[in-house]
Amino acid sequence: MELRARVPEGPIEQKWDSHRFEMKLVNPANKRKYTIIVVGTGLAGGSAAATLAELGYNVKCFCFQDSPRRAHSIAAQGGINAAKNYQNDGDSIYRLFYDTVKGGDFRSREANVYRLAQISVNIIDQCVAQGVPFAREYGGLLANRSFGGAQVSRTFYARGQTGQQLLLGAYQALERQIGKGMVQMYPRTEMLDLVVIDGVARGIVTRNLVTGAIESHAADAVILGSGGYGNVFYLSTNAKGSNATAIWRAYKRGAAFANPCFTQIHPTCIPKSGEYQSKLTLMSESLRNDGRVWVPLKKGDTRSPDTIPAEERDYFLERRYPSFGNLVPRDVASRAAKSICDEGRGVGTTGLGVYLDFASAIERVGEATIRERYGNLFEMYQRITDENPYKVPMRIYPAVHYTMGGLWVDYNLMSTIPGLHVIGEANFSDHGANRLGASALMQGLADGYFIVTNTIADYLATAKLPPVDTSRGEFRDAEAHVAARTKRFLAAKGTRTVDSFHRELGNLMWEYCGMSRTAEGLQTALEKIPKLREEFWRDVNVPGSADTLNQALEKAGRVADFFELAELMCLDALERRESCGGHFREEYRTPDGEALRDDEHFAYVAAWEYAGDGARPVLNKEPLTFDYVHLAQRSYK
Amino acid sequence: MNLTLRVWRQAGPKAPGRMVEYKAADISPEASFLEMMDVVNETLTLRGDEPIAFDHDCREGICGMCSMMINGVAHGPNRGTATCQLHMRSFEDGALIYIEPWRVRAFPVVKDLCVDRSALDRIVAAGGFITAATGGAQDANSVLVSKADADLAMDAAACIGCGACAAACPNGSASLFTGAKISHLGQLPQGQPERYRRALAMVEQHDAEGFGGCTLHGECQLACPKEISIDTIARMHRDFLVGAATTREERSGSGVG
Repeated sequence: MELRARVPEGPIEQKWDSHRFEMKLVNPANKRKYTIIVVGTGLAGGSAAATLAELGYNVKCFCFQDSPRRAHSIAAQGGINAAKNYQNDGDSIYRLFYDTVKGGDFRSREANVYRLAQISVNIIDQCVAQGVPFAREYGGLLANRSFGGAQVSRTFYARGQTGQQLLLGAYQALERQIGKGMVQMYPRTEMLDLVVIDGVARGIVTRNLVTGAIESHAADAVILGSGGYGNVFYLSTNAKGSNATAIWRAYKRGAAFANPCFTQIHPTCIPKSGEYQSKLTLMSESLRNDGRVWVPLKKGDTRSPDTIPAEERDYFLERRYPSFGNLVPRDVASRAAKSICDEGRGVGTTGLGVYLDFASAIERVGEATIRERYGNLFEMYQRITDENPYKVPMRIYPAVHYTMGGLWVDYNLMSTIPGLHVIGEANFSDHGANRLGASALMQGLADGYFIVTNTIADYLATAKLPPVDTSRGEFRDAEAHVAARTKRFLAAKGTRTVDSFHRELGNLMWEYCGMSRTAEGLQTALEKIPKLREEFWRDVNVPGSADTLNQALEKAGRVADFFELAELMCLDALERRESCGGHFREEYRTPDGEALRDDEHFAYVAAWEYAGDGARPVLNKEPLTFDYVHLAQRSYK
Repeated sequence: MNLTLRVWRQAGPKAPGRMVEYKAADISPEASFLEMMDVVNETLTLRGDEPIAFDHDCREGICGMCSMMINGVAHGPNRGTATCQLHMRSFEDGALIYIEPWRVRAFPVVKDLCVDRSALDRIVAAGGFITAATGGAQDANSVLVSKADADLAMDAAACIGCGACAAACPNGSASLFTGAKISHLGQLPQGQPERYRRALAMVEQHDAEGFGGCTLHGECQLACPKEISIDTIARMHRDFLVGAATTREERSGSGVG
């Protein structure tokens, strides 16, 4: 497989502009002759579908939820970055670019990241025009806050509900186009296969989740904005329905999967409370602006936190990273918390937790200000834990939150299958080995509003696509494949529920492919996962039938794909014999315990190519060069 | 905790439904209501019954997917709390709990506790937006919005579109949902050009979907997981009235030459 990144020539500041001029256009009268499929209605998919329809294309848009407004982007709390420099604190496009490349631990493609930083300013303009109610200063200007991994205040926010408000902006734009008949919307519909004809993506096969009908949809191009795969760990901060099926089906049809082992563990989540636990809840990173992270100095100190005097507390982030303090990037903060808990200094009944304390902030600015900044987050915490964080420090622990890996895409966001574009968290493109806070919303909207909507015209104008419809044999084959799989789940009639398998897989992944990894552990996982997968297919119990709403059947399909993806993640983690960003191999660390990269051997994107069931996937490498941000060990000290 | 549940079971939109009793045994008071339902479903699956279908996704109280009438109250007993954020510690051990779907004419039952809320999407499609195609925006700080207006808009924009307002309303009215969107956009300077035609179009669609009218019972704001105020309904009525009284025929946009 040849990986052609198609990064334009020229200085980095001019690449996107000159590329936009070089690309072919589709004239307005011809746009209506093209049909584009968009899978997923989060920030990336929703904004892409709306914008493509505004441009005049026919759009068919799919989501598994009952409404496009519910995609998991809605759960993002803290904010969205943009290099506006409204605070006059030294920010610039170049600095956002620099912070993102460095924050990603030098495993992302420079040209893509620069474009992201450039477009960030347009996103805020667009969202304000749509009526997104960002926080304001008294004078009416936009307010900003700071976030991890940056020393400037460039994060725009709407209370603790930034993702929701940005998604509603995209959703409303999408509904406008649905109302005008430019977008055909298919809610409660799940993509179960990609259809490739003559080497080109030409459609998808879906299951209507209400009636069970298996249907084919043909198009001139397909865009996947189906989100990340963090739910492979069972417990994560992702919504319960978030899944990898769309990208995994595309992988099995020939799209390379890049850096699958790069997962982000978010430091500030509410710790797990019991075995019945179905998901973990994130507390926004913005809390680290005012909250101080600490544990008791002494092991086994079970005193109530308010009775522990200051000199017997260890503010370990401030101690280890004096210049960034509590605002170090997520991977660094998570690992620090883990190592403290491994030492036996964790708090709470399980010992898997550290304090996030607002006492000094409340003393400094008053409870009313803290309530204004984080009121809804504090309420959410209290609702879940029954503790009042205004009085008692929060207890937090890291949890799986985001996946930097995803389908490989070129500069145009096209995968290795021509015509298949991948946007948002579903692709691998911009965050390297670690994503900075408030950058996921930025990337989703950059891809959806501004990038793929431009680059897809170049594809359509140059591809010379013959007309196809769903009567083609390729559609029939894919439908038959989907139907057979469905039947197999229902026929197993085993003794274990889908969830019990998923939970077991998640435990394996957390243990061996979670916050820290070793060659030995990964090999163990690679032995255990196929066995468990085999047991799953033999012994799973999926009740009900295929021709109705059947949530167990939906889950079974997703978990079956997670099993295969889990194996690829472990393989990738094993192959990457270095530590970088969220990927921490215990064998490769600096004397003081920080991640130790190996740029000589691993400064590449690992793009895995499917080689058939049971065969070892082929590793392709896209070398990464750093012409602007020079390779250096990250330091937040 | 050990609980007795009486749950609405309905195989499909046209099938008859009925309440069925189940036991929920050994439930942790720390578990969320939906985690309790998960445990019940695991038991049902293992004994060969079909699990209870219910909508849920984020389980953080923000996606608006979960939707249960719990003991006759939309989203259960706690104020400002979606079903997914309700925890079992809010119930007594040994309690009997009735669980039903939203019951609104405009939300037909899909299966068990799942209903079809696409009517809400169609209300938004009718006018719940600011027309601002991608690319044409001016610099974000060139529109000044007073903090008070931004905060009021945000209060209304917090609506998660769950439909609890309509489920709680004796008239089956989705006025709180519609009013919240009208108030969010109508309170911002960017929303002014379309303010009245937006209110007209959204209210018309609301009525066409079969939702009832608002007679100010106020049940909706008590049920709303985001505690949106019925002030937004007053705003909707005002914008609708002004719109109805002042709307002119829109002139054709095409000019000469």
